[in-house]
Amino acid sequence: MASMRDIKRRRNSIASTQQITKAMKLVSTVKLQKTKMRAERSKPYFDKMYETVTSMLAKSGMIEHPYLKPQPSTKKAVILITSNRGLAGGYNSNVIKTVTGSDLKKEDVVLFTVGSKGKEYFARRDYNIAKEYNEVIENPMFPDAKEICDEVLKLYVSGEVGEIYLAYTYFKNTVVHEPKLLKLLPVEVDEADIEAAKSNALMNYEPHEEEALEIIIPKYMTSILYGALVEAVASENGARMQAMDSATSNAEEMIEKLTLQYNRARQGSITQELTEIIAGANAIS
Amino acid sequence: MADERNFDLEIITPDRIFWKGQANMLELNTTEGQVGIYKRHIPMTMILEPGIVTIHLDGENKEAAVHAGFIEILPEKITVMAEIAEWPDEIDENRAREAEERAKRRLQAHDPKIDLSRAEIALRKAMVRQELAKMR
Repeated sequence: MASMRDIKRRRNSIASTQQITKAMKLVSTVKLQKTKMRAERSKPYFDKMYETVTSMLAKSGMIEHPYLKPQPSTKKAVILITSNRGLAGGYNSNVIKTVTGSDLKKEDVVLFTVGSKGKEYFARRDYNIAKEYNEVIENPMFPDAKEICDEVLKLYVSGEVGEIYLAYTYFKNTVVHEPKLLKLLPVEVDEADIEAAKSNALMNYEPHEEEALEIIIPKYMTSILYGALVEAVASENGARMQAMDSATSNAEEMIEKLTLQYNRARQGSITQELTEIIAGANAIS
Repeated sequence: MADERNFDLEIITPDRIFWKGQANMLELNTTEGQVGIYKRHIPMTMILEPGIVTIHLDGENKEAAVHAGFIEILPEKITVMAEIAEWPDEIDENRAREAEERAKRRLQAHDPKIDLSRAEIALRKAMVRQELAKMR
């Protein structure tokens, strides 16, 4: 059995770790509230955007535009959204898995990383990383999303990449976050949504449809990316809160166990001392 | 409130619902020029240019600056999707003036590295902001 002093030292070290995890949990809970609200506020804009784009596509089935048709290049741009900090349970590795587990080939992937965790992982495995925007994830703003979008679109328009994907964590609610790999370009929307939009497809466009499409599709992409960024931040804090919560309760459990062991050891040593004294006394008399 | 001529108006930006309510008429600046829209307009989608949006309701006007985005017009409802929207009292006039100066300098620099169209947009935004700031 470990000595009393060892057990005590171990217990104290766990207790101080627990204090840290507890504090981190509190911090991420507050951050979660804030980021969750932001994610919810960006929703109406995104929903309306999706509606507009589907109704445009429903009407403009004839339009030949590079944004809508598959491109010849086999290269694929992937925008990967992870966090800059760890200690968030499986948050980062789950997003990474959506990319490594998909049928995208390593040679074809051109990465745009937001968040250093994802960047580090793929840099170590010699992936092609075109650009990193690690500071963005701390506080994503709409112009940030725009900047990234413009950069990726440039590659698409020049024909260097044929498809654009987005890997992020969808914030369903406080406890459920789903890692997702989404295809941004060429635009794909749900067939059912298109059918639904066809019924009220009397929309006129000024300037002409093609031009309007040319302007609206990048805006659509930017809004998805912005939505993904704010949701990813909310998910990150949610994941961290959960991870820290279970770390705190694990520490609690360990402390309880060690306290029990410590008390046993203490009692054992007292009993031993007593028997020694009694034995000593017997020997004298 | 139950005025015949009113329609629903929503101005949405990425981080909030900027304005939601009724209006008689809406004035704004699009790529096709200045337009004013009443109820029962034909369905139309237009692209916005940096400019001032004026909401007319019951003889009162409300102004806001809107930069970049588009507008969806339906007979009973108008939705403005703006990337940035600001009320007059949210504008920092000094900052707008500085931005105007910066944009002007960039336009005059004739530097091939400078994105001219971007500088021009920045200049227009700065001017719209200042114009709106004068209205308060």
